[in-house]
Amino acid sequence: MKRPEPVQVIKQRRDKALQSVLQGVPYIQFMGFKFDRRGDELTGIMPYQDMLIGNPMLPALHGGATAAFLETTAIVELSWAMMWDRMEDGEDVTKLRLPKTIDFTIDYLRAGLPRDAYARATINRSGRRYASVHVEAWQDNRTRLFAQATGHFLMPQTDTNT
Amino acid sequence: MTNERQTLIAKQFISALPYAHALDMEVTDVGDGYATITMPYDLRLVGDPETGVIHGGAVSALLDTCAGASVMVHGSKPAGTATLDLRIDYMRSAKPGDMITARAECYHVTRSVAFIRATAMDADTSRPVATATGAFTIQTAKGGKT
Repeated sequence: MKRPEPVQVIKQRRDKALQSVLQGVPYIQFMGFKFDRRGDELTGIMPYQDMLIGNPMLPALHGGATAAFLETTAIVELSWAMMWDRMEDGEDVTKLRLPKTIDFTIDYLRAGLPRDAYARATINRSGRRYASVHVEAWQDNRTRLFAQATGHFLMPQTDTNT
Repeated sequence: MTNERQTLIAKQFISALPYAHALDMEVTDVGDGYATITMPYDLRLVGDPETGVIHGGAVSALLDTCAGASVMVHGSKPAGTATLDLRIDYMRSAKPGDMITARAECYHVTRSVAFIRATAMDADTSRPVATATGAFTIQTAKGGKT
C-alpha cells in the first residue's frame, strides 16, 4: 500500500491552491474577505470594517457589502470544489478560471450588525456548464442567519473534460 | 416635493453610507421615485485580473444603493429603508475602464413595502450590464428612528 503523504505536504498544497484563488482577485483583497479551511470545508469570513456600514443610524452593514460577501463565498466554494480532485492529483490548479455569475438572489433576514460575518455555501447542483449554489450567512449564532442567497453560475470551460 | 429637495435627500442618503463612499458612488439624477448613481472604474474592484472586469459584488452594491435611493425619494416620503430581497441578473461583463451607471425606479409602494427595478450600464447604454428587482422596507417617521 502507498504510504500516506506527510500532513504538512497536504496542508501546504491545499492552502496554496486556496490562496491562489483569493489573492488573484483584487476585490476580495479590497473587501478583506478570508476563508477558513477544514479539510474541504470552507467558511467565508467578512471581518468588520467601518467602510462596510450602509445604515449609520442603526448601525447596520450595507446590503451591497453583504451581497458581495455571499456572492464571493459562492464563487470561491464552486472554484474550490472544481479544483479539488485535480489538486489532489498533483495538477497545477493555480491558473484555473473562475465561474461567472448568471443571477444571484439575496434574502435579507435581519440587519447585519457591526461585527464579523460568516458564510457557508452549498452546491446544490453542478453540471458541466451550470451550477446552482445556496449560501447562508450568520454573525453570532449559526442558526440565526442574517442573510441567505441562491445563485446560478456559468462554469469555466476547460479544454479537456477529464 | 421639489426636485431640489429630492436631490438633497439622495445626496445625504449616499454621503451617510460609508460603503457607498468607499466605492466612490455619486448621485447624478433624482426625481419622484427614481435615482441615477455612478460608480467609477477602480482597480481595487476588479474581480477577474486577467480581463480587468469589475467584480459582480461591486455592481450588486451599486444596484442596491441606487434602489435604496429611489425608495428614499419616493413621493410617500419614507423616513428610512432597508433591503428585503434583491435579485440580480448579470447580462454581460462591464467594459474595463468604463464608469458604471445604475438607474433605479421605485414603481410601487405600500404602507410597509417598496418595489423596485434597476439597471446597470457602462458606456454602451444600449446593452445593460445587469438588472435587478427587489423589495425594500418602508420605515415611517413615527415608527421610531428617523
